[in-house]
Amino acid sequence: MWKYIFRRFISLIPVIIGVTFIVFLIMNMAPGDPVKSILGEQASPEAIEELREELGLNDNVLIQYKNYFLGLLRGDMGTSYKTKVGVAEEIGARLPTTAKLAVIAILIAIILSIPLGILAAVKQNTWLDSLTMFIALLGVSIPVFWLGLMLLLFFSLKLGWFPVSGASTWQSFILPGVTLGFLSMAAIARVTRSSMLEVIRQDYIRTARSKGVPYKRIITKHALRNALIPTITVAGLQIGTLLGGSVLTETVFGLPGIGRLMIQSIQGRDIPMVLGCIIVFTVAFSIVNLIVDIIYAFVDPRIKNQYS
Amino acid sequence: MNSEKELILNIKDLKVEYRTEDGVVKAVNGLDLEIEKGKTHGLVGETGAGKTTTALSVLDLIQSPPGVIVDGIIELEGKNIRGLKDKEMEKIRGNDVSMIFQDPMTSLNPVMTIEDQIAEVIEYHESGGYKEAIKKTHEMLTLVGLPPKRGKEYPHQFSGGMKQRVVIAMALACRPKLLIADEPTTALDVTIQAQVLTLMKNLRNQYDTSMLMITHDLGIIAEICDKVSVIYAGRIIEHGNLVDIFDNTRHPYTEGLFNSLPNLKDRKAKLKPIKGLMPDPTDLPTGCPFHPRCDYAMDICSKAYPEKQYRNDQHFVECHLYNDDNIEKGGLIKRG
Repeated sequence: MWKYIFRRFISLIPVIIGVTFIVFLIMNMAPGDPVKSILGEQASPEAIEELREELGLNDNVLIQYKNYFLGLLRGDMGTSYKTKVGVAEEIGARLPTTAKLAVIAILIAIILSIPLGILAAVKQNTWLDSLTMFIALLGVSIPVFWLGLMLLLFFSLKLGWFPVSGASTWQSFILPGVTLGFLSMAAIARVTRSSMLEVIRQDYIRTARSKGVPYKRIITKHALRNALIPTITVAGLQIGTLLGGSVLTETVFGLPGIGRLMIQSIQGRDIPMVLGCIIVFTVAFSIVNLIVDIIYAFVDPRIKNQYS
Repeated sequence: MNSEKELILNIKDLKVEYRTEDGVVKAVNGLDLEIEKGKTHGLVGETGAGKTTTALSVLDLIQSPPGVIVDGIIELEGKNIRGLKDKEMEKIRGNDVSMIFQDPMTSLNPVMTIEDQIAEVIEYHESGGYKEAIKKTHEMLTLVGLPPKRGKEYPHQFSGGMKQRVVIAMALACRPKLLIADEPTTALDVTIQAQVLTLMKNLRNQYDTSMLMITHDLGIIAEICDKVSVIYAGRIIEHGNLVDIFDNTRHPYTEGLFNSLPNLKDRKAKLKPIKGLMPDPTDLPTGCPFHPRCDYAMDICSKAYPEKQYRNDQHFVECHLYNDDNIEKGGLIKRG
């Protein structure tokens, strides 16, 4: 098991190289000049040239990437073009906000979606099923920014229950968490329903019934654990969606998180900062995937076998 | 006429339908079945004849929707159990009546240890809690020839024959009065089949359990059963003891089943399969449902369903070929 986890961490290295390289290329090819964005349109050609030289932007892209990557190996993520603050420092300050948001969102999603999915499956073709699936359909179709704005309008501005912006109290995270979690909730509920529907038709469920086990126990003990594998997979993938969604959610709710930092950095052509954010997202996504794979082993003994 | 016999299970006029979008599948159509205490009763017929549906009806385990038990009485030791509330039915399942399913590969929960799966049935029906149940489980595992220390393993770590032993241990853990075995050896290879059958035979004798053995294999019937019922299109069309059915075959369908077996004495003899296929259960033929495939069909066969015709106090056949005068003598079909 430990060997497996170690191997997975090693395989993270090429992923990071690939992702940073692609982003590096894209940022270089994208229109807009970081130097102009720092100094302003009115800056003199000499000043621009000087700063370009200083930032190493006159070098070949590959050499630029090599220098960046060598820095990364030494643990140096570079400094922001704009604020001159260390990228690692800035990200370190903002990471807790995004982490809190993501954790609250996924918790809300999981706590709501799994019971809803089970309910829909057990009461298949009843109004309960239709209602649940309608909510799920809403969840996947409503854009995050719209839902966020609506919740803000109603709960913060009209009712005044939650702060409108900022991340100073725990209440600040409730609305963003719900906004972000709703999307994932919908996706997870749909998968839970369909995998539950498949499982309750399996022979071993009939065996359990033939033993005299009450139906509720069959659902919670026999069926759920078998139905969880697809659910866990989708929940893991949702973390990726969540990270993307955090960009919008943080913007709507004015949360000082990594998502918003990334948007601002992209707009300002602040290449080291963008790369830093991307690396954090990449590592986070990979670790979540690893955690998902480890959870598989605990849910299904057949998978555990394959790891050892 | 059966008043002196002690019946463990008595099914009268059972009718089961599957109401699907494509039509109503009439799986069981007025089936009567009497199982005597301590006896092993064979139910033999082709795939789709309604064998499994009958078995599932007894435990009220028919997938619903689409399955509906439309009519009939199911008596367990003289007490009607059809239409009982879920709670009451759960007390019967696994305790008074238990079932062994056809495919051991899929009938065990893949994410539970086998000892937990066996212990579960004991826990629900007997007092004593989990520890006591595990102790009993280990006794059961030894009984079916599995080392108790393997109880902590999962189904995927066992072979098909071993899994079926686990299923048997599970079914017999609470010493049921009636064991329904739905083709328990069909999914196993032949050498394992023999082992499992011997095991079931021994345990049946040891526990004095009545048994309903569902199979399409006449060899198993000959090996293990006391009584045989032949089922076709959801009705018992011939019933008797082994001598009645094997040596005094009366129904053309039963004859067809025997003729479909390879003849070991005359290996050059051609197999004579029953012509045609099982009728579409959404659209059963009028009269005797076997008449379109029957070599001896007469005019009346397509018009009226034949009455039961008794050869002795138990052997009966539902076929227009027979009347009070010729049923004893037989000789109307090539066998019997």
